[in-house]
Formats: sequence, C-alpha cells, structure tokens
Amino acid sequence: MEKGERLDKNENKNNCSLRNGLIPNSNYQNHYLSREKGDGPFVLTHEEQALKASAATSDHDENVDSSEEEPQHEIVEFFEETPLWVAILTYLGYAILILFGHFRDVLRNWKLEKAPVAAEPNKEGWVPLYQSFESFYTRNLYMRIRDCWNRPICSVPGAEFNLMDRETPDHGWTFKFTGGTTKAMNMGSYNYLGFAQTEGLCADAAVEATHKYGCGMCSSRHELGNMDIHTELEELLANFLGVEDCMTFGMGFATNSMNIPIFVNKGCLVLSDELNHASLVLGARLSGATIKVFKHGDVADLEQKLRDAVIYGQARTHRPYRKILILVEGIYSMEGSIVMLPEVIALKKKYKAYLFLDEAHSIGALGPNGRGVVDYFGCDPKDVDILMGTFTKSFGAAGGYIAGTKTLVDYVRHRSHSACYATSMPAPVAQQIITSTKIIMGLDGTDDGSKRRGQLAWNCRYFRRRLHEMGFIIFGNKDSPVVPVLLYCPAKIAAFSRECLQRGLATVVVGFPATPIIESRARFCLSASHTKEMIDKALAIIDEVGDRLSLKYSSMPVPQFSEKDEDFKKR
Amino acid sequence: MFNFLHMCGLAAEATLSTTASWDLYETIQALFQAPSYHLVFEAALILWIVGLLFTKSYSSKVNKLTLTDKEKADLVEEWQPEPLVPNVPEDDPELINIRTRIVDSKLGKYVTLNGQKCLNMASLNFLAMVGKEVIEEEAVKSLKKYGVGACGPRGFYGTVDVHLEEEEKLAQFMGTEEAIVYSYGFATIASAIPAYSKRGDIIFCDEGVCFAIQKGIQASRSKVKMFRHNDTADLERLLTLHAEEERKDVKKARVTRKFLIVEGLYVNYGDICPLPKLMELKWKYKLRLFMDESISFGTLGKTGRGVTEHFNVPIDDVDFISASLENALGSFGGFGCGKSYVIDHQRLSGLGYCFSASTPPMLSQAAIVALDLLKNTPDMVDRLHANSAYLHEKLSRVPGLRVVGDTVSPVLHLQLAESDRKRASAMATLRCIVQMAEEEGVALVVASYLEKDERHLPPPSIRLAVNCDLDEKEMDRVVEVIDHACLASSNS
Ligand SMILES: Cc1ncc(COP(=O)(O)O)c(C=O)c1O
Repeated sequence: MEKGERLDKNENKNNCSLRNGLIPNSNYQNHYLSREKGDGPFVLTHEEQALKASAATSDHDENVDSSEEEPQHEIVEFFEETPLWVAILTYLGYAILILFGHFRDVLRNWKLEKAPVAAEPNKEGWVPLYQSFESFYTRNLYMRIRDCWNRPICSVPGAEFNLMDRETPDHGWTFKFTGGTTKAMNMGSYNYLGFAQTEGLCADAAVEATHKYGCGMCSSRHELGNMDIHTELEELLANFLGVEDCMTFGMGFATNSMNIPIFVNKGCLVLSDELNHASLVLGARLSGATIKVFKHGDVADLEQKLRDAVIYGQARTHRPYRKILILVEGIYSMEGSIVMLPEVIALKKKYKAYLFLDEAHSIGALGPNGRGVVDYFGCDPKDVDILMGTFTKSFGAAGGYIAGTKTLVDYVRHRSHSACYATSMPAPVAQQIITSTKIIMGLDGTDDGSKRRGQLAWNCRYFRRRLHEMGFIIFGNKDSPVVPVLLYCPAKIAAFSRECLQRGLATVVVGFPATPIIESRARFCLSASHTKEMIDKALAIIDEVGDRLSLKYSSMPVPQFSEKDEDFKKR
Repeated sequence: MFNFLHMCGLAAEATLSTTASWDLYETIQALFQAPSYHLVFEAALILWIVGLLFTKSYSSKVNKLTLTDKEKADLVEEWQPEPLVPNVPEDDPELINIRTRIVDSKLGKYVTLNGQKCLNMASLNFLAMVGKEVIEEEAVKSLKKYGVGACGPRGFYGTVDVHLEEEEKLAQFMGTEEAIVYSYGFATIASAIPAYSKRGDIIFCDEGVCFAIQKGIQASRSKVKMFRHNDTADLERLLTLHAEEERKDVKKARVTRKFLIVEGLYVNYGDICPLPKLMELKWKYKLRLFMDESISFGTLGKTGRGVTEHFNVPIDDVDFISASLENALGSFGGFGCGKSYVIDHQRLSGLGYCFSASTPPMLSQAAIVALDLLKNTPDMVDRLHANSAYLHEKLSRVPGLRVVGDTVSPVLHLQLAESDRKRASAMATLRCIVQMAEEEGVALVVASYLEKDERHLPPPSIRLAVNCDLDEKEMDRVVEVIDHACLASSNS
C-alpha cells in the first residue's frame, strides 16, 4: 500500500475510540509495549521490583549453562485498534448476511428453497434436540464458507502437505471428493518444531516401539497400563522441564479438564484469563470452584481481582477462600500473545495464590532451550506450581503432561481422573515424544534440536517483521510462532482462505464465535520446517492477496525489531 | 482455537434460559467493555440489559465493606491458603501400583509384568486385537505415510483421509447414518452429553454409570435424576413424578429436553441394560436415549454390534450411541454414531472434538484394520461368549467369592462373598489375592475407583476381562490360581 494512504489512515486513528479492556495494552501508548528487561526506561513499580528479584534468582537455574545465553530480548506485544470505518463495514457485512439469512429461512419455511441438510424430523410433543436458534448462524453464515475448514489432508502435515480436492455442488451443504489432490504449503498445522515427519530418528523409534509394544493399551495407569516406556518418558520430561516429577496423559484436552478439578473445589477461587482454552474453562467448571475471569493478559486486572478475593473472601459469606488458582496459557493460540510470566509469578507470590500454566503452544517452541515461556523469560520452573503442556504441537505426537514437585505429581498419580479411568498413552506416541524431547535437549548428540529452534525463532521474527512492513494488522508477541492477521469483514474470511489456497498456501481462518465478532482473522503457524524460500513465497502470496482484498489496514509505525539478533540461537 | 466458542455458548444459553442470569451478566459485561463505538452501534439493542447490569453492579458495591488501606494490607498479609495438594502417603496402593507394577511388553494375552510372564486377565483386550501383527504392520505403514501426530484439530487440517475412512467404516458397521471419532475414549461421551443437554434440561441416568458419563452430565449443568441401577420400575417412578411436574408447568415442559442416559454393558457391574424396557419408556415419555457401549461394542450380539443387536432393537431407535475404541478394537480414541442430524451437531459443539487434536492417523488405521478383522471373523465374538460363559460358570464355584455380571459379559466382577466387610479390609484382601495370583503368573487387577469422586461407589471387586483367544487349559488355570489365592488369603 502507498505511503500516502497510510498517512490518511493515521489521521483516521484519532477518530478511533480506544478499546477498554478485552485485549491487553489497550491504550495507544501501550499498544506498543516495549520494555527492556532489567533496566527499562520506566520507573519500576513494586511488581516490577519483585519481578526483577525473581528474575535475579532464576539466573541461578542450574540448567542454564551460561549467562551469555540469557536472552536479551525486549518484550514486544502488538495490538492495534480496529479502524472505525472497518468496524462499520464489518457490522454492515454481518447485517446483510443476517438479513439474507432470515430471508432465506422464510423461503425455506415456505419450501421455496431446499436446504440439503439432515434436519430433525418434526415430531409432535418432542422438544427439538437442539435449538434452531443455535443453528441460524451455522445455516446461514457458516455453511456458505464451510469449505475453509475441515479440509482433509492425505499426507504428513509437514512444511507442505497434500489436500484432498473436494467440490460442493450446493454452496457448502455437501462435499464430494473429486479424487485429485493439491499440494500446498502448510501454515495451518501446529508443527512448530517440524517433528511431523515420516522418516528420521523419531519415526524409526516409533516404528520400533509399535513392534515392541503394539498400538493399544486397553488399561489405565491405575490398573495394568503402566509400561516402562511411560516411566522413561516421565523421567526424561521432568529432567527437560527442570522439575522434580511429571505425569503424562493420552490427550491434551483431558489433561486440563480431568486434572484441574483435583486441585480446586468448592470454596476455592479460579482466576482465569478470558481467552483461556476451552479445556481450561471446562476443567475449572467441573471443579465446582468459584470462577472469576480477568482481562486477557492484563496483569493489573488480575491483581485487582486477586486482591479483592483475598480481602473480601467469598461472595455473600465473606469466608476467606481456601485457595486461589490462577490459570494462564503460555502462548494464546488465537492472539499470538505471550503471557507476562514474571509479573504473574510476582503477583502469585505476593498474594500466595497458586499458578497453573498451560504451555500447550509454547513448550518446545519458545525459549533458548525450548522449555517454553518459563525458559523464554528466564524464570525458575519451580515458581510455577503446576506446569502443563501438550505433545500435539511441538512434539508431533499426542497427549499432555502435568509437571511440578514430587508431592504434586504423586497426588496427580493418586487422584487424577485420567490416571484412574482413561486408557494410558499408546507406546508409539510415547516413543515419539521421548525421541523428539531428546532431540530438543540435544541428547541425540547432534545440534538438530537447537537448529530447529533457531530456524523457528528466525522465521517468527522475519515473517512478522515483513507482515508489519506490508501494512497488515497483526497481533501478538514478536517471538510467537502463532501469527494472527486481521481480516475483519466476514466476506474476507472465505476470500482470503480461498485465494491463498489457490496460490498454494494453506492457512487457518477464524471468525465468530472463535473470535470477537468483528475481529475475524487468518492465523499462520510457523514451523522450523519452513525454509526462508518458503516463507518468502508465502509472504509474496499474502502480499498479493492482501492487496486484492485491501487488507493492509495498519496505521501504526512499523515496529523496530529484527531477526538479526536471533542469529545467536542458530549457533 | 475457538477460544470463544464456549463464551458464545454461554451467550446463547443466556438468551435461551431465564435461569442463566449470571451468564447473561457476564456476556453483557463483555459487551460493555467493547470500544465505545461498538456500544453506540449496539446501544439501542441492549439498553434494557445495561440497566440490568447497572443495578447488579450497584447492589454488589453496596454489599462491599469499606476497609482502610491498612486493614486491606493486613488482610492480604494474614491470609493463608490451604496447601495446593495434600501429601499422598508412600504406601498409597495406586502410587505403589504406578511405580512398581510395570509392564515391558505388549499388553496382549500374555504380558511381562515386572519381568515375569503372566496370563493377562486385567486389560480390556476382549478380542485380542492388541498383539495382532496385521494391525501393527498396517499401523507402521500408516506411520510411514503420515508420521505420528496429526498436529491439529479436525477443523484446522487435522482431518486425515484415514479419519474419514474410519468414520465411514464405523457407521457402516453399526448400520447408522454417520459416525464421529474422538481422540480419547473418555472424552467421547463426556463431550457428547453437554453438546445437547444444557442448563435447564433434565437427565434421567442410571446410578451405575461409568465416570465418563458422570463427568459429561456434570459438564452439561442439567438437572439430574438418578434411578437405581438397572431398576426400570424406579425409573418409571421418577418419570411419572416428572410428568406430574410437567403438567403443572406446561410452558417449561415445552422447552425442556429429556434425556435417558445408560450404559450398554456396565463396566462397573458387568450387567446389560434392559434395553427393550428402556425403549418402551423412551417412547412413552419422549426421552432421548443416549447409550455408552464402550464395553459392549465388539463383544455383545451375534456379530459384535453391541446391545442393540443383542436385544434385536433397531439401532436407529437409540438416539446416540458412543463407544470407546480402546477396548475391543485395541486402538485409541472413541466414536459416536447415530442419525446425521444428531452427529453433525457435535462437529461444531462437541468440546473434545473441536478443541483437541485429532487421533494419530496410525492409531485410526489400527482401529480400521481391527474393525475389518472383527467383520471378517465373526467367530471371534462367538469364542468370546463361550469363554465368558465358561469362566463365569467355573468361577462361581470358587468358595469365598461371588461372581457379579451377566454370563455373556466379558467383564466379570469378583467380590468377596462375605459382604459385611469394611471397604478397606475387603480391598486389602482383594489386593492380596491379586498379588498371589501374580506370583502364580496370572495378572489380575482390583477395579480402580476414585472413592471421593464417584457418585455411587461400586463395591470393591477384582475385575476380570475375558479374552476370546483363551483356551480351556488357560481358563482352568486362572480359576485354579484364583481358588488357591482365595483360600490362602482367607487363611492368613
Ligand atoms: C492451550 C491449550 N490447551 C490444551 C489444548 C488441547 O490439546 P490437545 O490437542 O492435545 O488435546 C490446546 C489445543 O488446542 C490448547 O491450545
């Protein structure tokens, strides 16, 4: 986009009302949050002093080999307000869609239009199984652009994959496979470290494990589903994470939803980030504890709620809470933002709360040693009471873990719903995790792990910087491998996805209800298996499609960071 | 991903249900925090709600005490939380089990348990699929094509052609319109129930259901009425009571969905649900019948199609059937099947389906191959039935034990005959029997329950799982070993 246009938009900016809350860093100064770690230009508040103190102690972490490796990064998170005219256009878009939806519903009611979808036969006296109200959105908005999701693949989800071609004769109601396939660049899978591979150490080891242990288990950990491979995995992971002990489960989602209820219950308080993953929300709900939600990434709001909870106790009775558990994620998968861990740790220490950190997207992908956000900020893993993560992302496997002190993990072993009632993790999956963790830790005797990390870190910065320069509005931390590009208008969701795919780039698009209604976005997940050539190709495609769809909305100055200082990680 | 779907769910619920005023409040608060032009834009619509919000927040402020800063600081200083977790004693049986009962072989008919070869009567490998070489070969082939993990949920490039094939074959096998696969057996029914049953709805549920169903019901936040295990008279009593209430409040009845949730074959009791009678009640009282067939799938009926085949009930009359692929098929994950309009709904509202990565393709492939085996060798199921009946018959003659469960059931519960024992002491005796059997080369297991979390704690028992590949000699040996162990434990 031309410079002139950008300037025009700059003027527009003053008309934008600022968003209070919902998203962190909400006023303009904070949009562009840039803080030197340690001696920043700001006056330090109490929290920051506490943060400094905790950072200082964490320097003694025995596993960090030398202080030169201490990452000297600034923490930069981006967020940009929706321009007013875009917001209006977006609402207009939805209004038209909803109007048409109602119109077509009327037609369908009069049998003038046929909806080729399985509907519940109308039976006298039976309450419909689900509200038609619930499906209005599905029927009239989602169906039209359904081809952008659930695209089946027929190869390994590596840097590139093969999509199965399908066509729809009736605008999204039904699909038919044509039998052909399309090769596309994969920026949709959570393959951060590129371990989705069909050959190499991991695959070979997994094949061997399949032959040795078979595929299934048919038993739980409390019964007969305990294999030596699980013990090996858990010891290795505890070592990797720098904690005393660790336990693994067969599904990441269930790791949250089936374990949070054992930590808190009635009379306890859960403080949950408003954008937390469904599994965390479900776990908190199943626990029976009081749930309070704080604004995404907003440490001040968290402190306010914590303080109130400690001072005023439970609602109505004012009895003190029995314990308070803070639930946060490392990297938020829709925002690309990274939790301000040192500040959260300082808070939880100040108010004696407990911290549950979900590292689903960050473990392996962040930090100089790949140990997630804890490593990224140089914090002490012992300051996080419950470390949780999943293996579906960076490890190219499946399942999840809970890690922490021996007391904690023993209790999990004893009490976890998953350990007692659910089948334990299949051996090939466990083996894939063992081998990939060894590679990440460098125990395989090569520098493959640190190369992957270096490539990913470089890719993140480079990709993000270039998108900023092109003028897209993107969210998140400069080091986050999840890169959301804002699309806003509902029509652009499908257009962006289809145009990109046509040019050979497969990406994820998301709209309401996964995002706020006007903040539809495309999301790119970077991987260590993407080379610079691929990234450049992808950027060219995004640039072209962005111009065609006029997506370059940004009116903020291009942030100053570069991928150059990532070089040290390549080694 | 879809981080907001649950919030939207709340919003939808709030608009639908009058009781959900707290959810409504939260939703509105979120709107309130949107930029001011959003507000202007939507103000006309939500003005009355804002009023509601205002009164709420006002009243909550009034309730707040006024404290000085010093007092506040003192309170923060003074508050001491309970420890995050209690200490688990070192001699906790579950801990000892996880630490010391370690298998280093396939969990097939025979296992190497702590270095000793044992006949495996503990894992739910009914059709002996674990350990079949064909399955492993195909799984490895799949691994070499797709890698291990699928690296994404079904919506975002995590759908692999193998998953589609798996769903198609399962639907075909069960004779339903559609099937949906989940990546975890436990998550299947636990996600399916809250996809339909919402706050304000009512669930009639058997007391003896497994933990996954209990969690699903809890997540749905619906009203629950439990009837005594397999007692249709008790169920009917509850239903007539409810019909009475409905007559009083016709308006509410018109929007309240009613569910009947049972297990096909109860894993905790080894008995089959009285399906024909349940069907009758279903039609009479207009209930949606959800049935979990995690144990009965692949084991009951002439060809392993489950309880519906066992009773010869048309499968379409059951609204939703779910089952785990982790038992009879010896793979990983679970599936649900039924009419398309039922199943399709889960593809956008099944939490465990939308928000979790899909099953590793190699394990889906293993399930496909196992299903093909089951289809092509129906005598597997016959053998299983014969073995179950045989073991049932023989074990019921062991003095000191009571066998619980139907004779066709591949799950048998062995309880101590003297039923007045305290739970802890009964558990200790059972553990002792298991220990002695293990020394004799038979791996058994005491059924494991979370005593503090179960709604209705089943009595202590040894849960025996029958395998279709057992021969008479092996079964006789099992009975003999159990007999010895029983005798020895009652003498000691
Ligand atoms: C924060 C978070 N937690 C948990 C999960 C669930 O993990 P899994 O896909 O392994 O079930 C996800 C995955 O999307 C996630 O983003």
